[in-house]
Amino acid sequence: MPITPETLLQRVQELLGDKIVKSGVALDEATIEVAPQDWHEIALALRDDTGLAFDLMMDLCGVDYSTYQDGARDGKRFAVVLHLLSIKRNHRLRVRTFCADDELPILASLVEVWPAVNWFEREAFDLYGIIFDGHPDLRRILTDYGFIGHPFRKDFPISGHVEMRYDPELKRVVYQPVSIEPREVTPRIVREDQYGDVGQRGKA
Amino acid sequence: MAEIRNYTINFGPQHPAAHGVLRLVLELDGEVIERADPHVGLLHRGTEKLAETKTFLQSVPYMDRLDYMSMMVNEHAYCMAIEKLVGIQVPERAQYIRVMFDEITRILNHLLWLGTHALDIGAMTVFLYAFREREDLMDVYEAVSGARMHAAYYRPGGVYRDLPDRMPHYQANQRQNEADIRRLNENRQGSVLDFLEDFSKRFFGYVDEYETLLTDNRIWKQRTVGIAVIDPERAKALGFTGPMLRGSGIAWDLRKMQPYEVYDRMDFEIPVGRTGDCYDRYLVRMEEMRQSNRIIQQCVAWLKKNPGPVIVEDHKIAPPSRVGMKSNMEELIHHFKLFTEGMHVPEGEAYAAVEHPKGEFGVYMISDGANKPYRLKLRAPGFSHLAGLDELSRGHMIADVVAIIGTLDIVFGDIDR
Repeated sequence: MPITPETLLQRVQELLGDKIVKSGVALDEATIEVAPQDWHEIALALRDDTGLAFDLMMDLCGVDYSTYQDGARDGKRFAVVLHLLSIKRNHRLRVRTFCADDELPILASLVEVWPAVNWFEREAFDLYGIIFDGHPDLRRILTDYGFIGHPFRKDFPISGHVEMRYDPELKRVVYQPVSIEPREVTPRIVREDQYGDVGQRGKA
Repeated sequence: MAEIRNYTINFGPQHPAAHGVLRLVLELDGEVIERADPHVGLLHRGTEKLAETKTFLQSVPYMDRLDYMSMMVNEHAYCMAIEKLVGIQVPERAQYIRVMFDEITRILNHLLWLGTHALDIGAMTVFLYAFREREDLMDVYEAVSGARMHAAYYRPGGVYRDLPDRMPHYQANQRQNEADIRRLNENRQGSVLDFLEDFSKRFFGYVDEYETLLTDNRIWKQRTVGIAVIDPERAKALGFTGPMLRGSGIAWDLRKMQPYEVYDRMDFEIPVGRTGDCYDRYLVRMEEMRQSNRIIQQCVAWLKKNPGPVIVEDHKIAPPSRVGMKSNMEELIHHFKLFTEGMHVPEGEAYAAVEHPKGEFGVYMISDGANKPYRLKLRAPGFSHLAGLDELSRGHMIADVVAIIGTLDIVFGDIDR
């Protein structure tokens, strides 16, 4: 029988102590937030602790918080979120950290802790420009060869900056600035809390 | 003495055995692989970024196009993430329908995997057999959603509509005469559930049929036994899930370990392998098809007995009925608001994972209270598996790469997203 997220969080707090900046349980999921300089150390501790035993790195992704609630949020811009699973103990944990520098987000790589993280870090680098210090092979992964920019940042337009076409005179494919206008069919609206009384959480 | 040098070759991106658009740079020493460097992203469409500009409902069809071989399971994880954030309970009948279609999808996926994997290593017949059964299941897809593949059938709060009472029939045409049509329509006289019941009875025999073609086949064994062996600890370190992990002997299945919907009421078993090679993973997947078929039978039996709603009544999440919408002012407003502005998901974050045919498919969603997700991250099982290709293929012959790509069961829709 797996333990509840509250018990899990308590055990994580016992292990990490004051290294945890913020923690909480929401929607049956335990989340901790840690400082970027402790990133590698905490990952190792979470993996090697026999009671927690996070043996599987499920997911690592970057998040750009710059337009969260249309900019109403203060704080650092880039976060890296790690989802861990313990097959041995059957529980999950989410670990988040905010990169210290918004201009040049750097974080220690976890490749030695979980080899699976390799491509996930490459992806976060490719899409958000987060640099993973110590990564053996930090190349772009999903975007085109020679791509410029980090497309998942909120200031990168959905239509991109360049488009590609075949030039019959040059007899090759050429890049040129995009000719399409970005349009938004449904505007993005942030409503007040509990708008419309949706679902159980709205009523609670 | 002649100078011997390694050389590099390009495998793909347009190679029939690459299962899509994989560019593989192989460094070879003679015929032995020294290093394999997969270049992915040729199918990158930016689904996650696109979802940030669409309302929650508008992104459902994108999910079909992720792993385009197990369409409804992707939708399932996406809907589960929204339901978790909103805090709604899906009606029981919808849960059974979802479980049933998850298993239909698993069979669809494994059949395609089996057919193409066998085709890649030289067995043609299995492919034809597998696609014969896929046809029946895709007809079920079409009967409930109108689309053979990209169904968009699961919706936040349930499924789009109840199972139809009538299975579509074949019509007379130039190539088939009356007698043929009558024979084809024989098992389509009843409802979709009757058709599925008939199919699930036949299907155990079909799986045995595939096994007679392959399991004891000498060539098949020569190509798969002892290829790409991975021990359980290493499989975990590389982030493998699903049959890739079970093939190495770890009985980890989310349907059992962290049950969602009504899987805890289902009676089924988790097959595991012993050696962790391609052959074991083949056996695991074959057995999984049988287990899926068992689950389908249980769901069909339940669904026949228990009618009920298939989507929540909350019109902030699910649209009102067509009749209500055309006759009631308030329902009309609900309908209009839901399909223009869309639903608002309370602020928060959620990770929902399902046991996808290929492994764990996870959806991590951050909502800031708007009508669109703030961030959507899709955790595709194939992404980790393909990352392990380098390690799996080192020291093997070049012909084995094809067998290894086959056993990974990769589809680029979800790797590249």
